[in-house]
Amino acid sequence: MENVQCQCGHTNPPGTKLCESCGRSLTEKDQNSKLVDMRYEGTARRSQTYNKSIIDKIWNFFSSVKVGVSIIVILLVAAAIGTILPQQAFVPASTEATIKAYYADTYGSVGRVYHALGFHDLYSSYWFITLVGMLAISLVIASLDRFVPLYKSLKNQRVLRHPSFMDKQRIYGSGAGSEDTLEKAETKLKELKYKVRTDKSGLLAEKGRFSRWGPYVNHIGLIIFLFGVMLRMMPGFYVDESLWLREGETRAIPEVPGYYLENKNFKLETYTGEGEDAKFGEAIDRVGTVVKNYQTDIVLYQEPEASLPGATDNLEVVQEYPIRVNQPLKFDGYAVYQMDYKLNELKAMTFALTNKETEESLGELTIDLINPDELYELETGSTVELLGYYPDFSGFEDGEPQTATPLPNNPGFLVELTTPETPEGETSFITIQNTVEPLGENQYKLTFQNADTRNVSGLTVRKDSTLPILGLGGLIFMIGVAQGMYFNHRRFWIQQKADGTLLLAGHTNKNWFGLKKDLDRVVESAKLPAYTDQQDEIDKKEKAEKEGESSS
Amino acid sequence: MTVKKKKRSYVRAAILLVMAGAIVFTIYNSFAGGKSELLQVGDEAPDFALVDLEGKKHQLSDYQGQGVFVNFWGTWCKPCEKEFPLMENQYQVYKDQGVQILAVNIAQSDYEVRQYAEQRDLTFPIVIDKTKSVMEAYNIRPLPTTLLVNPEGKITKIITGEMSEEDIASYMEEIKPE
Amino acid sequence: MTLTEISSNLLYAAFFAYLIATFVFGGAVKGNKKGTFNSEQRWGKVAITITVIGFLAHLSYFFTRWIVSGHAPLSNMFEFTTAFGMTLVGGFIILYVLYKTPVLGMVVLPVALLIIAYASMFPNEISPLIPALQTNWLAIHVSTVVIAEGILAMSAAAGLIYLLKVVDLSKKSKQRFWLEGILYFLVLVVGFVISSSYFTLTNYENTFQYVNKDDQEATIIYNMPPIFGMNESVPLTEDAMTPLVETPALVDASKLTTVTWSLLVGTVLYVLIRLITRRRISQLIQPLMKNVNLQLMDEINYRAVIIGFPLFTLGALVFAMIWAQITWSRFWGWDPKEVWALVTWLFYAAYLHLRLGKGWQGEKSAWLGVIGFAIIMFNLIVVNLIIAGLHSYA
Repeated sequence: MENVQCQCGHTNPPGTKLCESCGRSLTEKDQNSKLVDMRYEGTARRSQTYNKSIIDKIWNFFSSVKVGVSIIVILLVAAAIGTILPQQAFVPASTEATIKAYYADTYGSVGRVYHALGFHDLYSSYWFITLVGMLAISLVIASLDRFVPLYKSLKNQRVLRHPSFMDKQRIYGSGAGSEDTLEKAETKLKELKYKVRTDKSGLLAEKGRFSRWGPYVNHIGLIIFLFGVMLRMMPGFYVDESLWLREGETRAIPEVPGYYLENKNFKLETYTGEGEDAKFGEAIDRVGTVVKNYQTDIVLYQEPEASLPGATDNLEVVQEYPIRVNQPLKFDGYAVYQMDYKLNELKAMTFALTNKETEESLGELTIDLINPDELYELETGSTVELLGYYPDFSGFEDGEPQTATPLPNNPGFLVELTTPETPEGETSFITIQNTVEPLGENQYKLTFQNADTRNVSGLTVRKDSTLPILGLGGLIFMIGVAQGMYFNHRRFWIQQKADGTLLLAGHTNKNWFGLKKDLDRVVESAKLPAYTDQQDEIDKKEKAEKEGESSS
Repeated sequence: MTVKKKKRSYVRAAILLVMAGAIVFTIYNSFAGGKSELLQVGDEAPDFALVDLEGKKHQLSDYQGQGVFVNFWGTWCKPCEKEFPLMENQYQVYKDQGVQILAVNIAQSDYEVRQYAEQRDLTFPIVIDKTKSVMEAYNIRPLPTTLLVNPEGKITKIITGEMSEEDIASYMEEIKPE
Repeated sequence: MTLTEISSNLLYAAFFAYLIATFVFGGAVKGNKKGTFNSEQRWGKVAITITVIGFLAHLSYFFTRWIVSGHAPLSNMFEFTTAFGMTLVGGFIILYVLYKTPVLGMVVLPVALLIIAYASMFPNEISPLIPALQTNWLAIHVSTVVIAEGILAMSAAAGLIYLLKVVDLSKKSKQRFWLEGILYFLVLVVGFVISSSYFTLTNYENTFQYVNKDDQEATIIYNMPPIFGMNESVPLTEDAMTPLVETPALVDASKLTTVTWSLLVGTVLYVLIRLITRRRISQLIQPLMKNVNLQLMDEINYRAVIIGFPLFTLGALVFAMIWAQITWSRFWGWDPKEVWALVTWLFYAAYLHLRLGKGWQGEKSAWLGVIGFAIIMFNLIVVNLIIAGLHSYA
């Protein structure tokens, strides 16, 4: 493409619609149209003008609004598809195979297809991320491509424009004026907070140019936001760990070096429907119970400086805090949230040592399942010796009792019972369900009396260093949107020809009503010629033609 | 003009490359899960101090100059159980050649650990990580996990899963001081 | 009367005020026999007065309920949906003050009526807040969203009026089909309200036992005669009608039954209207659009979006993310409701780019406005009741 030479002598870059200098229409089409297209000031969108190398072609692709909107629509449709069936994160299965089976079993062939197409993990699929990335590219390129020429063009605006530019503006008027008209108009416009520039016998009044940058500012905000999201995936910026903490336990916090949490107490409260909650009675009757509070009372500890992992006898209390939903514990950039719970895990079991025949009890003993003792001495001189403890008994292997986990879900005890009557001792293996006597029939047994339980709190440990970046992005986006949408860029061009005729034109990017209101006040005080809204004229004419057609 | 055009092409290519790179990087991170192993072979082994069943404190750095075979285990872990006699055998061979074993139990009771060790006649030091802080510092997930620490205090190998007696022997050979 | 009763009576009052105002607005825009509109503004004034009275009652309902329950009444389907009806009317009142457009009232008020009626199909007792909702963010997030959606709905209303005026109903076209489709959908909502109210008033109740998708036995109460039965269902109520069709465990046959009844009643109603008047509903309404200023409708369509879009961003994305970060430890989790907020946002972003970048104005813009509202309604109805994730109400 060639540069475009305007009649006024100015050389414009290829693709320009309105001469940068005088405003004359440069293409035949524009010359014949009634109104000029003022979008981007008639400058050439940078990409439209060159289309040679592959890079230029890719660039042009992403610069187009059509492409941008298409990406938005594809993303929107894809995102919606992802909600038809639950995503794998919400499914009660954890391995590839069980997830696949879950979709097939629960949703039949629909589920199978959904899983096969990868929709079960749509939002972290490579193609979804690529789409979001393409949207980001489009945001950057489309903005750059439009912002640069627009900025230049607005910065280098001439005060005096060619009459053909003026009369193709939507707001246009011409008529006789007196000597001081321009001066009066200038005073009034300044009063209305317009920036006025004059040149020979003309003036350009302008207000709210910054609103033109709104779209670019909000796009910058979005890019910053997306950048934050990208950073979040890098190691170190983001910690997401979960921690099951039992009442009474102190544990190192995962991924938080040097800090420890102790669970003092977990509680779950429900609405009673009485007293203060009486107003909720009806609702509670309908749905059963409603939870009022989940709370873990914790103590946060920190290792003293220069202390080593494992050396936990000199931990320092940082704070005590009740972690509740909506009230996470916060410290040192980390936050700990109340997320889950398990009630009533076994903690201790109490047995009575009884004679099988007479059912006479020789006393009780309580075995702490978390920290059992080796020997339990009863007042009657009897003892119970713990030969083996299997917190989660899962059966025998080669005659040895096995435990599946370290948690006391199904405790098994190998005990030796010694009483004055049986001084050699009797061996017995006890679980919740039954007792095995491996070395022959015993006279004594341990009878289960009761159990102590404790609650387990499910906590989530989180650090997200990208939050300030995301917040900044969001803020800039909102500023940009407000700037672009709630302010408008108004301009008036007024010039007086040698014969005293006044030409008057106005343009705004939106809210023509407001523009006209401003202009009316100037017209009144400076006695400017009357103006017309040429768009209205065109509309009226079209309407009349249409009605003429339909009546004929 | 051509200079300008060239420059424009370079700028555009650079922007496109950076953004495409960002996408690839994001996809890579998303699939890598963002979970980097905290410890790698060649890293300095984080120091720790734990107490054994006799109440004796074992600090990793005290064994500087010796090779340390750090084994994380639990009584419920089947492969751990199979490894222990083999480790005990090799411990008898290598303990006089400057190789130490530290078996780190994950937060179980003294009773369970003592009972377990006595039943199997284990002589090497067994320490209990009561608060799981060493486990967190070493980012241990599956059990058993074994780390080989050379006399300079560097991690030379991280083994997850069961080891044979030959493995154990060769590992001890590897961290034996010269 | 307790404050709770006063509160619900105020809502009834609002409902009836809107109902009356709808007809007065209808009369206002109808014009006289000569086809002039001399009395439009006069009747419009009467109608807007009634609307404002209704709106004040509606507001009073909202705040009295707030006082009684101790939290912003935005915590379940009933409360959210009635509040949506309120912002809809509020949006219209503002537009009326600015532009004096009775025709807008004739479209917005019936929709608001339908929405309030729809809301009243949900349990309306004052319910306690679960821990996640016990925060000021409930009021901040939900009220911003509901106001934004009320404003965005104005864009759809203006769009619908635009379409009712410009679409040529004498020729077969896609536009004519879809426009009638929108009105048919509104009749279906009426069908839903009629059928549910009828069965509620006659105290229809049937209990069934069934096997759910996790192979567990469960019971369910039908409030409508069962067309579809739950998986392996057994009636527990005597003399109960047996379901006509049994469905697999995956399908919630009770909801499907409700939808089917609404479809049936709505379609019968629609067919009756067509048979009696021998016209499409759009044809019935079109004459009322004679005095519509198209340019103004286009302006309202666009204005509503440029005010509603930033508010929606703030409420449904920004505030939502802040709250989610505090409650669920992550600001975004691809929960269905979150996704649909994003879908809505992306849609309006596309709307703005098409309008500003591609010059889509007038009819195209009107269609987009209407589609936007359809997405919002989808979010309100389908996502809440069928897809339902963390946000599932009641």
